[in-house]
Amino acid sequence: MIWYRKDLLGLEELSREEIEVILSTAESFKEVSTREIKKVPALRGKTVVNLFYEPSTRTRISFEVAAKRLSADVINVGVDVSSVKKGETLIDTGRNIEALKADIIIVRHSASGAAAMLAKHVSVNVINAGDGWHEHPTQALLDILTLKEKTGKIKGLCVCIVGDIGHSRVARSNIWGLTKLGARVKVCAPKMLIPAEIEKMGVEVVNSIEEGLVGADAVNVLRMQFERDEKTAFPQQLEYFKNYGITKERLEKASKNIIVMHPGPINRGIEMSSEVADGENSVILEQVTNGIAARMAVLFLVSQAKDKDEIVN
Amino acid sequence: MKLLIKGARVIDPVNGKDEILDVLIDAGKILKVDKKIQAQAEEVIDAQGKIVMPGLVDMHVHLREPGREDKETIVSGTKAAAKGGVTSLLAMPNTNPAIDSPERVIGLKKIIKQDSRVNVFIAGAITTGRLGRELTDIAALKKEGTLAITDDGSSVDDEEVMRKAFRIGAKEGLLVICHCEDKSLSKEGVVNLGFTSTRMGLRGISKESEYLRVARDLRLAAQEEARIHIAHVSCRESVELIAEAKKKGVKVSAETAPHYFSLSEEAVLGFDTNMKMNPPLRGKSDLASIAQALKDGVIDVISSDHAPHTESEKDIEFERAEFGVIGLETELSVGITYLVDTGILSWSRLIECMSSFPARILGINKGALTPGQDADIIIVSPEKGWVAERKDFISKSKNSPFTGRKLKGVVEATILKGQVIYKR
Repeated sequence: MIWYRKDLLGLEELSREEIEVILSTAESFKEVSTREIKKVPALRGKTVVNLFYEPSTRTRISFEVAAKRLSADVINVGVDVSSVKKGETLIDTGRNIEALKADIIIVRHSASGAAAMLAKHVSVNVINAGDGWHEHPTQALLDILTLKEKTGKIKGLCVCIVGDIGHSRVARSNIWGLTKLGARVKVCAPKMLIPAEIEKMGVEVVNSIEEGLVGADAVNVLRMQFERDEKTAFPQQLEYFKNYGITKERLEKASKNIIVMHPGPINRGIEMSSEVADGENSVILEQVTNGIAARMAVLFLVSQAKDKDEIVN
Repeated sequence: MKLLIKGARVIDPVNGKDEILDVLIDAGKILKVDKKIQAQAEEVIDAQGKIVMPGLVDMHVHLREPGREDKETIVSGTKAAAKGGVTSLLAMPNTNPAIDSPERVIGLKKIIKQDSRVNVFIAGAITTGRLGRELTDIAALKKEGTLAITDDGSSVDDEEVMRKAFRIGAKEGLLVICHCEDKSLSKEGVVNLGFTSTRMGLRGISKESEYLRVARDLRLAAQEEARIHIAHVSCRESVELIAEAKKKGVKVSAETAPHYFSLSEEAVLGFDTNMKMNPPLRGKSDLASIAQALKDGVIDVISSDHAPHTESEKDIEFERAEFGVIGLETELSVGITYLVDTGILSWSRLIECMSSFPARILGINKGALTPGQDADIIIVSPEKGWVAERKDFISKSKNSPFTGRKLKGVVEATILKGQVIYKR
């Protein structure tokens, strides 16, 4: 399959086939990280810019490692060091980076749609590393890659996503990706954290954790952001753990082999107990490892993107 | 000077005309509308195959002057109006400063007299600074010639303030135009609440935030026997409330904007900020309700809610971009394309909604081709297709949701008081 997309903005717009191409590309890149010399020359001579308007350690480092294993040069632009604080707009910043002859911009921004807006205004490749509550496609790709590795398939799996669905880009990208690949998705949260008409995304809504876990092959536990400055009602931390926290007892009741995932960083004792986070059902560290392969795949594919018109002519 | 327009299909709903006729204009007034007029005229326009109708009356336009001349001015806005076939418009008072005192009205009238290319009428503010607290001197505003009062852009939250405004409006015989939005519900929302807001990861604006305020204003209007006009209706529930109130005899008229019957919330999915307006684009069933309400006469008026914004206010993150779209130069074509061409409205009905009814609601002697009236007339090629392009907009701002869309119907000429002020 020829890859046509210059940007990766979200999983909503991707076809099942495109997601499968990314996954199989990622699978083949996994081996690179196990070599003694963890490097391939695929992006040699290319410049990748990490443009992060929100604090992030994991995603930024993961992209940086992925780009470096592809032999790209990586520049990190954090919110504190850039001229953003002087009022420069995202578009201006993007164009400036483009003028520096960078090849790929990886952008993290607090506004939904920011990556799409940037992509519209620059001709370099844009990869969305999380935009507001909208999408975080590479996180979902690494989640799906991990699931596939563990179970051998995605089609027919039942995945329960627990937590603050309304404010979660991880949830949205996972929902699009999993449903396109034929998995059954349940979202589980108190009503106040379920966004309007989410069932139209093809998911089942459950309000109790027991309903969420029963029959699930995997549970993806979202980080609860209690520091979020929202005027809307929000559950108390302890109350949340009591009602929705993933504990060993709850898992045992549901299914012995259930896979436990978390995008990190974990609030231990809030979303899940330490015992579960470090327990044998947890694949949290494997997710981190797979993040590199998934991001290498995305970086590689967008950098190879073909222009549709060129091919036709 | 005499001007004769020959052989056009003349549609003049007020006088019950829809046939091939000639129109004779003399000294800026309509002299005669009849078959094959034999008269000596200095200028003769052959309008065969064209439609001739009264110029549009757009009762919802933000001209931005004074204060935001970078977005629009009286000159640029009224030039855009002429191109769009709008010969009369009502300027909204949410300028900077707001039109909230007789002095401000006088100041604005001076600019209009000097700069305007079409008839510009003035709406005054309901409250000082449009802050929703203290009523303006409504009687004095009326005396200076404002045709309505409105805090458009904001709703008056305080029920007692709004009640008093309705009471004084009723006493003065002044129309109150209602921007219906309960901000405690719409809050920081930017798109229609539901699947769209969920998918995009944006805060939603519920329909309740609109129709609960419509319900309140209808109740107050009934109690105070005020004459009110509900601006920019976007959803089915508001339509139902207005229909019910009209049945009960409440003196209410209602308006929608072209985007509410032509574009659904799906148009927003690409984060195009030119699809961001308030109220937001709603669902497909709302679209159908709005069109049906125009047909049924529940909604009386199509006005543009022309809301120009600069590029730097629009070409930014979706949630930070300003609300509002321009519409003067596309409204007639959008009406033709989405209402007449689809068979929902007759030509005559469309002209009522865009000319005769708003004229009647504002109490101005426009919107008809009656002999003796000012000759404010437009000539339209009804079948001609075109694509709205950014570079072609005359408005200072380019924030149109119709850019790149195929539209039908082109204004060939706009005549104001017998003078051709725009020719394609």
